[in-house]
Amino acid sequence: MTAVVEQRDRSLLTRVQHVLHAQATIGPAVVLLVSVVVFALLSERFLTPGNISLILQQVAVVGTLAVGQTIVILTAGIDLSCGAIMVLTSIVMAKVASETGLPGLPALLLGFLVGTVCGLLNGLLVTRLKLPPFIVTLGTLNVFFALNLWYSGSATIRGSDMPSLLLWTGQTFTVGGTRITYGSILLVLLVAAMAFVLKNTAWGRHVYSTGDDLEASRLSGIRTARVLLSVYATAGLIYAVAAWTLIGRIASASPQAGQTDNLDSITAVVIGGTSLFGGRGAVVGSLIGALIVGVFRNGLALAGVDVLWQTMAVGVLIIVAVSLDQWIRKVKA
Amino acid sequence: MTTPILQATGLVKRYGKVTALAGSDLELMPGEILAVIGDNGAGKSSLIKALSGAVVPDEGEVLLDGEPVSFSTPLDARKAGIETVHQSLAVSPSLDIAANLFLGRELRRKGVLGSVFRMLDRAGMREEARRQLDALGIMTIQNPGQAVETLSGGQRQAVAVARAAAFGSRVVIMDEPTAALGVRESRAVLDLILQVRDRGLPVILISHNMPHVFEVADRIHIQRLGRRKAVVDPKSVSMSDAVAIMTGAMEPPD
Repeated sequence: MTAVVEQRDRSLLTRVQHVLHAQATIGPAVVLLVSVVVFALLSERFLTPGNISLILQQVAVVGTLAVGQTIVILTAGIDLSCGAIMVLTSIVMAKVASETGLPGLPALLLGFLVGTVCGLLNGLLVTRLKLPPFIVTLGTLNVFFALNLWYSGSATIRGSDMPSLLLWTGQTFTVGGTRITYGSILLVLLVAAMAFVLKNTAWGRHVYSTGDDLEASRLSGIRTARVLLSVYATAGLIYAVAAWTLIGRIASASPQAGQTDNLDSITAVVIGGTSLFGGRGAVVGSLIGALIVGVFRNGLALAGVDVLWQTMAVGVLIIVAVSLDQWIRKVKA
Repeated sequence: MTTPILQATGLVKRYGKVTALAGSDLELMPGEILAVIGDNGAGKSSLIKALSGAVVPDEGEVLLDGEPVSFSTPLDARKAGIETVHQSLAVSPSLDIAANLFLGRELRRKGVLGSVFRMLDRAGMREEARRQLDALGIMTIQNPGQAVETLSGGQRQAVAVARAAAFGSRVVIMDEPTAALGVRESRAVLDLILQVRDRGLPVILISHNMPHVFEVADRIHIQRLGRRKAVVDPKSVSMSDAVAIMTGAMEPPD
């Protein structure tokens, strides 16, 4: 009797493993849904329009960083410098505009250029010097952060000194009582565009296959160095978009902003079901991962739980997510 | 005399102090299966890598249809019509079969979707993958949309061979295609190799497995100490003699 039950259990578990293997985003989506329901039951304020818009605003910056982080992690890399690139870029955009009177659009484009160049530098170090991405971006994290302190003179630039375009991402419009920032919309558009590119273009496939097996991809005729270079540069550009969202969010440009955002973006990607070993995952998952972190922090805060337990909850989530990934990878034919 | 379709003369490849190829030659004639055998460290892999563009030889020349060619990447060799099935298979496990067949040369949709939005022609690639697998009689694979990591070793090998056969226009090189396979799977892959030749594509087969080599090869190239020691006819030389030449226990005939 017990033997039969055991067997059925095992086959059910194997089936779950197969489903998760085919669709890595299902796991995080279920977690998000369940946590929303639980927190809504715990606090009646959780699902109010005001609170939802707060969560969306809190998630926008890290979520945008996570889009760039996702493509880097898909190639079996990691980018610790994303936060530093974002802050440096935000300072460049804001300071150039406020000091030289450069209009908003050129200032923004200059920021995009700076972000792309920073990403390109990471990519060159990874592909030419063949250094591990962890070390490269640990180094450039400090380099970019120092450049940011130097250029900003450690001073915050007030929003009132900037052209309004740079603050546009913090502007809101109202849908059914919920105020939504343009920064959140930008994030959703970015995720949709990246999801499309990853799924439907040869470049997207090459990103996955480079992370899956670098040597096999090279032997298959993929210019893997070029793929990696383009991934890091694109990620840099996306961090510059995150810089724009950051300026709108805090209505200023601060050289001390986003100190832990690099790790938060990795957290979002990992919780979102993308494998740190590369080749597996989806950018939609990272958005969901960022939302899960936002919902957990916000929901626990509303339930009156101390900040330290919120942090612990996120820590546990990371470990659960990575264990799940390890298990899914062991799927049998 | 017909010109060899692929010819290498005096290939040298050094890795630091180690000389992997010490002036190696090779000739592949049209429509034949040329087996390359040799002990570990005889330079088989380096020879094949030099022919497939995976490494650039320090000295020597490669001729394709009598014309000198130089490959600096595997892509160059592929463009010239030389397809290689690597021992490591060079497949991307998390991608599906069709995606692997077309890895590095994906088809795009027609019209604006392809040219502006760079969209892949998924259906087209699946259909073509199905056709290629069928043409080689690989019936065990049902669905080209299946992820490669869910396939058995023999099926993965079949995918790699199908890819080479589908795109190779001049030469197919196979590095230890049966090394990791069981008896039945090996059988299927050997049949595939014969089929590829019967379609008119000459094959270079690197293998440690003497029965397999003697079963399918038209000629056997014996590599020893970084050089070509001999080329023998499997119909006139015994398996034990070939091994003796390979290990240096016997000098080649004539």
